[in-house]
Amino acid sequence: MAGTTMYSRRGSYQRRLQRVAFLFILPVLLYTVIFRFAPMFASLYLSFTRYNVLQPAVWVGLQNYIRIFQSDLFWTALRNTALYSLEVLPLNIAISFGLALLVNQKVRGVAFFRTLFYLPVVTSIVAVSMIWMWLYDYNLGLFNLLLEYVGLGPFDWLGDPRLALHSLVIMRVWKGVGWNMVIYLAALQEIPQELYEAASIDGANSWQRMLRITWPLLRPVTFYITVMGIISTFQTFGEIYAMTKGGPLNSTTTVGYLIYQQAFDQFQMGQASATSFVLLGIILALTVVNNRVSGARAEA
Amino acid sequence: MSEGVERVRGLRFLRTAGIYAVLIVVAFVMSLPFSWMVLSSFKPNSELFSYPPVWIPTRWVLDHYIRAFEAAPFGRYFFNSAVTGISTTVINLFFTSLAGFAFAKYDFPYKNLIFFALIATMMIPFHVILVPLFLVAKNFPFAGGNGLWGGGTGLLNTYPGLVLPHLLPVFGVFLTRQFFMGLPDDLIDAARIDGASEYRIYWTVALPAAKPVLATLAIFSFSNVWDDFLWPLVVTTSQSMRTVQIGLQVFQSQHSVEWGPLMAATVAVTMPLVVVFVLNQRSFVQGVTSSGIKG
Repeated sequence: MAGTTMYSRRGSYQRRLQRVAFLFILPVLLYTVIFRFAPMFASLYLSFTRYNVLQPAVWVGLQNYIRIFQSDLFWTALRNTALYSLEVLPLNIAISFGLALLVNQKVRGVAFFRTLFYLPVVTSIVAVSMIWMWLYDYNLGLFNLLLEYVGLGPFDWLGDPRLALHSLVIMRVWKGVGWNMVIYLAALQEIPQELYEAASIDGANSWQRMLRITWPLLRPVTFYITVMGIISTFQTFGEIYAMTKGGPLNSTTTVGYLIYQQAFDQFQMGQASATSFVLLGIILALTVVNNRVSGARAEA
Repeated sequence: MSEGVERVRGLRFLRTAGIYAVLIVVAFVMSLPFSWMVLSSFKPNSELFSYPPVWIPTRWVLDHYIRAFEAAPFGRYFFNSAVTGISTTVINLFFTSLAGFAFAKYDFPYKNLIFFALIATMMIPFHVILVPLFLVAKNFPFAGGNGLWGGGTGLLNTYPGLVLPHLLPVFGVFLTRQFFMGLPDDLIDAARIDGASEYRIYWTVALPAAKPVLATLAIFSFSNVWDDFLWPLVVTTSQSMRTVQIGLQVFQSQHSVEWGPLMAATVAVTMPLVVVFVLNQRSFVQGVTSSGIKG
């Protein structure tokens, strides 16, 4: 008897706690449903319609998707985006890993350098774009002035279709390495010191320790960085809008910039939504492939 | 014996010197764009456009700053960015830590499923929801001359419109949940025995303990809004509602760029965040570490 009342009392207490907890998560849950999930489904619906905001949406089936794959501009944008990502990610990973090793050294004042290397991350992409446009300027930019000292150039960094995308890559790497440096650094500091000591006793030099202990242990971090890097580089928009507007000759048009143009220059909302779903599909596919590859490597 | 000690000391000194040499070279390269921006912003035009380049201005002038603030209502842009940034940050800190606390310290049906669904939304590229979010902002019921189904301008050119996509980030829930999972249950039980309500426990026990992670989240939230470009570009059209990032566009025309004022404005737009970050960098790095963001 006493047992059952105790039980039900505890049960109602548990239920009350559940209700409180549910209330605590309710604002975030509602917001995410209304402003993330619902728009995603709305976008999916729009991708099968022709819609210019002013007139009601007209169902057109797969026409937007068919048009994407028939459009040269989309393939150009996809190639640009893929190339950009393919250049940014390895450079970023190599440099940020190196920086993390460097600022993990126990010397005085290293925190200052850590902060300094992180500053480009705190700077907005538009501000970074403005700074680098000044550096890249054909006539007055610092880079061409410095190269002239050594008898090179001048290069039309942002105006030459063969060069523009690579110039944007350099800038993005500079802006991004600080973030991944901090992530690598956090992981580095969790590697047990004993592993290194044991390896030293076995006669491993510091290069071998780095290659055989540090790098393999950080593989999950590298995976995380790669996935996040794919997601962010495939959405590249700000610097394109601010610096090149996709030019010259569409050599820097990215998928992210193309979607913006379709939606807000041409008011083809349905077409833009369809392109954004193709983008989502590509990102998901790359994530899965990356998962497989790094999983296979971990097993080997 | 002492010779050996000397040699070890010598080697250690060489190693330290080597580390500093690399640090300084890397620091020079990494800070070059910043230094050049700051130096350019204080140079008189004659030195800004001279060849060979002048590194340190012989005369430090404020002309470009004055011109920048005359060229565009930058005061207004700063105000807009600050209002949206601060209000977003306050709202986010409160609601996402509340949810993070619930996910960490309570059991309720479908908890893991809900959490996973929330986390999954972090994978959605912003471009996918860009168009519908714009339509939501434009057709928001009973705002900006709208009826139930739109008709007016809705939240376009308003502060609520500007903050709309930045509210209640799942990342904040994730970050605070990770932190609260490490908070001892004893603290919470002790407060319960003292008769505190669950909300009171969150407010007086959990939240004060979470200061470092809240600092990280604050920087994250504020800089997300301050640095955003695509959304304000889409959701504002009137000069008076533009933000600082959009404001930087006014120095470029089809054929020329006013480099001096542009660099001055860029310095002004960049500085607030740099200062906030430098003041909080210790807790920021702690926050990244404790969140297990590294996966």
